Amino acid sequence: MKEKVIKLLVSISLLFASSSLMAAGKLNLYNWADYTPDALIDKFEAETGIQVTVDTYDSNETLLAKLQAGGGSTGYDLAVPSQHFVEIMIKEGLIEKIDGITGMSNYKYVAEQFQGPSFDPTQEYSTPWQMGSASWAYRADSYSGNGSSMMEFFKPSDEVCGKVAVFKSPEEVVNMAHLALGSNFCSEDPNEMQAVMDLLIEQKKCVAVYSSEGINERLMSGEVIMHAHWDGYSQVGKWEGVDDLTYAYPKEGVVGWFDSLVMPKGAKNVEEAKAFMNFVMHPENMAILSNFAAYANAIPESVNYLSDDMKNATNIQVPDGIPVKFGQACNKESQALVDKVWTKLMQ
Amino acid sequence: MNIQGENKTQNRILSLLPLWIVIGIFMIGPLLVMATVSLMESNVYGGVHFKFSLSGYQQILFDTNLFDEIEFNPAYIIIIARSFVLALAATFLSLLIGFPAAYYISRQSNRVKNILIFLVTIPFWTNLLIRTFAWIIILGKGGVIESSFNFLGLLDKESSLNLMYTNTAILIGLVYSYLPLMVLPIYASLEKMDVRLLEAATDLYSSRIELIRKIIFPLSMPGIIGGSILVFVPCLGAFIAPDLLGGGKKLLLGSLIQFQFSYARNWPFGAAMAMFLLALVILILIFNAKLNRRHRKYEAQR
Repeated sequence: MKEKVIKLLVSISLLFASSSLMAAGKLNLYNWADYTPDALIDKFEAETGIQVTVDTYDSNETLLAKLQAGGGSTGYDLAVPSQHFVEIMIKEGLIEKIDGITGMSNYKYVAEQFQGPSFDPTQEYSTPWQMGSASWAYRADSYSGNGSSMMEFFKPSDEVCGKVAVFKSPEEVVNMAHLALGSNFCSEDPNEMQAVMDLLIEQKKCVAVYSSEGINERLMSGEVIMHAHWDGYSQVGKWEGVDDLTYAYPKEGVVGWFDSLVMPKGAKNVEEAKAFMNFVMHPENMAILSNFAAYANAIPESVNYLSDDMKNATNIQVPDGIPVKFGQACNKESQALVDKVWTKLMQ
Repeated sequence: MNIQGENKTQNRILSLLPLWIVIGIFMIGPLLVMATVSLMESNVYGGVHFKFSLSGYQQILFDTNLFDEIEFNPAYIIIIARSFVLALAATFLSLLIGFPAAYYISRQSNRVKNILIFLVTIPFWTNLLIRTFAWIIILGKGGVIESSFNFLGLLDKESSLNLMYTNTAILIGLVYSYLPLMVLPIYASLEKMDVRLLEAATDLYSSRIELIRKIIFPLSMPGIIGGSILVFVPCLGAFIAPDLLGGGKKLLLGSLIQFQFSYARNWPFGAAMAMFLLALVILILIFNAKLNRRHRKYEAQR
């Protein structure tokens, strides 16, 4: 009996010892799906000996809900929200203040206009990851339009009616509708939101599916011809064989976003997380990211390490004169209006 | 004597303790959290303010419109009604397919029976999400069904059957997902059926239809009711099949609740909706218990 108890105690203490040893070199990254190149993780693990675990989510809202529900014990050391969600997370106290970001050895590579961005002016919470835009893409071979107007997407011609797909989440769709109508993001004006709702309800007659997953597969099979899309992801679709996949840069503009690394409240592996932040800001490593996901970044010198494919990527080059309007953190009133519009659309 | 009795009760309480702990932690606890959240005020960026409010429940029926006036809002009632109709249709179809299947299985030799039942349960080994994705490949453009139609020359290459993103696709997905839950209980009650009853009835010149109507059907009633509930209840809250196969064009109860916790960030309303769904399910279970009791009485009278 006594022997058994001792054995049990020994094994329990061994268990704890081993887990605390492991914890010394561990990093839990929570990132968007299809957004973390294995090559980057392998390189980081080889250079630092820190073991990285990657978990994925599908939207800023999912990440926010998880952080809200976790209340400081999510188990994640780093996450990758977009600009307006960084702002929300700072306001809600969901992410840690980090000492010495500006003093990190690779911080000097960050382009000046992205140092101390508007959502984190003192650069105490975030470091840059990738940036891009949301608009829509089409199969040029099956569509006679040229993507020059947002209305081509919201009022589809007979040619594509029934073969249009839209994102599953309201935020970017509503912002695109605002661009089409010339109204402001986060509008609190009921009349403007009524116009957005009318436009979306009109569009729905031609919509086959509302989904933010499997976009390139759906375009490849020809199930849809027009799909709400992201610039880099549509470029990846092109690389994967949908040769005529063209990303639209309508004259009204595209919805911009800027993703950053942040540290959720209660992160355990603080030093490892900081090491990763610094690592990613190195031009060579940032280029691995861009070569993989086909998005632009805030490290100008990374251009030296970009693949030829990436240098010639037509879908991510913003033509002159096309405005890029960044999504904002909306207040309660405007959020409530968006919810109503979306519920009405889906009722 | 007395002491012994006390010991017995003590033992009973002690032996039931693990059960109560499990129920407490995994059922009552989360339920209380949900009930509490449903009675709070929502925070614009998710989470709740710790302030009592009935707005979550009020929102099920009433809403302020875009111009901030309170009005009756049928949107959620429509969504609930749609979920009901879809769940009922899925249950009915499952019964239509499941009953003959269960009957067929119950009439086989023991060996074949075991193999068939084993086959029925195989789908449960794989995650529901993955199995539903498989249906996209089957129903989709250029998918398994369309390409076999192409091969047989029934469909030319350019046109499509347009099977995906329809209510039919949702129904197929739901029936496929929950059919085993219909087959197994019906099989269980048919298996116990005394075959001699059928022989006796045939000897007494009963027709096949009478055989089914007067003997097989009544005897399998408990299985039919049980199976129907097992199918109906998860269909009511389903959101994977409607989302993936239906194209997410219309909200159902399950997707509505999910929407409140993610995009809409209105946790109290989501929790209130979930409580509402729970109340519906409990009502159905009570109804079932009543039916069962009546059935048992009927059995006893005979």
